[in-house]
Amino acid sequence: MQELLSSYYPILIFMGLSALITLALIFVPMLVAPSSPDPEKNAPYECGFEAFDDARMKFDVKFYLVAILFIIFDLEVAFLFPWAVAFGDVGVFGFWSMMFFLAVLTVGFAYEWRKGALDWD
Amino acid sequence: MLANVTLLLPELVLFIGAMGLLMVGAFATTDATRVIEYGAISLLLIAAIASWLQGDTVAQLAFGGSFIVDAFSAFMKTLTYLTTAVVIIMARGFMQNENLARFEVPVLMLLAAVGMGMMISANDLIALYMGIELQSLALYVLAAIKRDSLRATEAGLKYFVLGALSSGMLLYGASLIYGFSGTTNFAGIAQAFTVENGILPLAQVVGMVFLLAGLAFKISAVPFHMWTPDVYEGAPTPMTAFFAAAPKLAGMAVFLRVVISAFPDALAAWQQIIIFISIASMVLGAFAAIGQTNIKRLMAYSSIGHMGFALVGFAAGTEDGVAAVILYMTLYGVMTLGTFACILSMRRDSGMVEQVKSLSGLSQVRPFMALCLAILMFSLAGIPPLAGFFGKLFVFHAAIDAGLYGLCILGVLSSVVGAYYYLRIVKIMYLDPPADEANDPMPRELSIVAGALAGVCLLFFVYPSPLIDLAASAGQALIDMPAPDALLTGLFEATDAR
Amino acid sequence: MTLTALAFYLFATVSVASAFMVISARNPVYSVLFLILTFFNSAGLFVLMGAEFLAMILVVVYVGAVAVLFLFVVMMLDIDFAELNEGFLQYMPIGATIGLILLLELLLIFGASTQLVSQSALPQATPEGMTNAEAIGRVLYTDYIYYFQAAGAVLLVAMIGAIVLTLVKSENPRRQSIAAQNARRREDGVELVDIEPGQGL
Repeated sequence: MQELLSSYYPILIFMGLSALITLALIFVPMLVAPSSPDPEKNAPYECGFEAFDDARMKFDVKFYLVAILFIIFDLEVAFLFPWAVAFGDVGVFGFWSMMFFLAVLTVGFAYEWRKGALDWD
Repeated sequence: MLANVTLLLPELVLFIGAMGLLMVGAFATTDATRVIEYGAISLLLIAAIASWLQGDTVAQLAFGGSFIVDAFSAFMKTLTYLTTAVVIIMARGFMQNENLARFEVPVLMLLAAVGMGMMISANDLIALYMGIELQSLALYVLAAIKRDSLRATEAGLKYFVLGALSSGMLLYGASLIYGFSGTTNFAGIAQAFTVENGILPLAQVVGMVFLLAGLAFKISAVPFHMWTPDVYEGAPTPMTAFFAAAPKLAGMAVFLRVVISAFPDALAAWQQIIIFISIASMVLGAFAAIGQTNIKRLMAYSSIGHMGFALVGFAAGTEDGVAAVILYMTLYGVMTLGTFACILSMRRDSGMVEQVKSLSGLSQVRPFMALCLAILMFSLAGIPPLAGFFGKLFVFHAAIDAGLYGLCILGVLSSVVGAYYYLRIVKIMYLDPPADEANDPMPRELSIVAGALAGVCLLFFVYPSPLIDLAASAGQALIDMPAPDALLTGLFEATDAR
Repeated sequence: MTLTALAFYLFATVSVASAFMVISARNPVYSVLFLILTFFNSAGLFVLMGAEFLAMILVVVYVGAVAVLFLFVVMMLDIDFAELNEGFLQYMPIGATIGLILLLELLLIFGASTQLVSQSALPQATPEGMTNAEAIGRVLYTDYIYYFQAAGAVLLVAMIGAIVLTLVKSENPRRQSIAAQNARRREDGVELVDIEPGQGL
């Protein structure tokens, strides 16, 4: 356990260092940079006239579909990592076990392909 | 491994079949919805027969003790699969008319049925959770299948959010139980918990309460019923029929299994909880349904009430009580499906209607439909000699044997209150003047389903013994589980087999 | 050991604080960003418990995919943020009650911690001479094949559900047809017409 954690020392140091640099980059400008705040500087700029409406707008639901399909395959891949690592130990049974799992998801993939869920328009 | 696969056969048939049908639907050049519906129905019938054939075996374990097959699971699975098949038959016409006929619907119903089978056979907290999630995920989608309708998407969203909340509670409880017992296997939990005079240590009770709360959500028992009326009203009617029947059967089965096999000695701990949710469900179901004008909403409160009645038998905690619950759930399934077959026939030229007052004077226009609905309403109210009466008789009998007199008195009283709104529907159909616009004739398959199920309710008293015997042997299988030691030795045989 | 304790308190504090910010931030986009911070710190806590694999999955799946999906949803909703935050105080009492109940239960369990199964009796996260992922891999695909395949079924339902509920076919898609493009010759598109002067076309 201790051995495992000690292998994370470099990451810990890296995190500490990056925290230090980020904090420095936040605080140093506060001290040295010239600053004259004005509300107009933050206002949306639209060629000389007042902004018509909010810059925020609705996203197409297609983005959502792509993202959720990505998550599903992401999870599928998460199952593949331990399988690859323990491949030598799981034997033929473990191999076919994964093949069946992949077949199920391939069925899903074929379905979404045929349905046109992967086409953008 | 092969023995494991044989035990899993009904679910495997459904799962592989569902994938096959999905591929047929995706690759068919013409609309294959019809074919897929017939395919789904035949797969469910095959699975029901396969489950039925497992009924004679003594309890058998598969996959390291996480999957159990016994007379109880066999009976409940047969029932659930048949219910699902009947719903697919009933849904066909409606989905066609409402432009909802998509081949994914029967496929999702098949996958939900797989989840229900997994729930019924779960003998392990993880198996239980996987089954519930598979079932629920498919049901959330089915609730929102009419995606252009604001009400249907709202129903799907409410169902999803509250279902996720209940899954969270269930997982919280399960993790506490694992922490205190060191195992997720039901028999192992029973062995690990030291129970004195039926009392569990407090912290372990908290775990059990969360687990039961999560399960009570799934059978929509009060106080976890909030989602039911909105979801039943908003979802397309055939999907409401599905929600009211199949998941309730599976949910009640898994409820019985968890409590009886994981906490067999802690009767005092769970009996109070069951009595409370039973009384609360019966009373709320009876009173809240009175003011409803929408018949789907009314059926939602009715189903909440019926879950309360079923739990009366469970509160007894005896073998007779469990058998009574199984019988009650069977008859509830029959009555609910019959009623929804009638509700699905409430169509005018202008489209579907859902208001109770649209049934006004139905007996003069559609006498057969009115007769079926009247029989079903009398049966739901529990009026002798119809089937619903026997269901109530058996649960109350078991509760009286266990000395739960107060529970029985409250049960009978709320049953009397509940009879009011069932009989009001009969009164509207038979005594009120006909509505302006006549009801369309019943579609053939719906009239067959409604007629057959109403016939079962009407004639149950003539020859009730086969069903009562089946329920009794299923209940016995659940109560007389082999000793935990005997079950635990079956653990990890999967490892040896490979 | 002290370094481990220090790391634990750092991760725990930051994750609780950023979880609080998730619900109190005025802008939902900031909420999502704080959620990502919470995920990272929880991953750190997993590492401290020896569950490296889980920690990495948390980063890959939750930070990499789920948080991105949340961002999409937050942007897609196009909600008035001021209006969204109005209900906050209204729901505060009931939320606080639920939180209090959960806290009391946690304290109860903390009090009953002697009844918990001892750590040594449970399977270890990192068995001797094996990494986390390997330990999972050895049992997940064989002993626990039932759960593994059930997870596959759940993923399949999620896939069908996502497509059934969100796939919108556009009425008149303009797709590129490469074969048709390549098959097109100059003669198909260009026509030379000799026009007599003064007559027009």
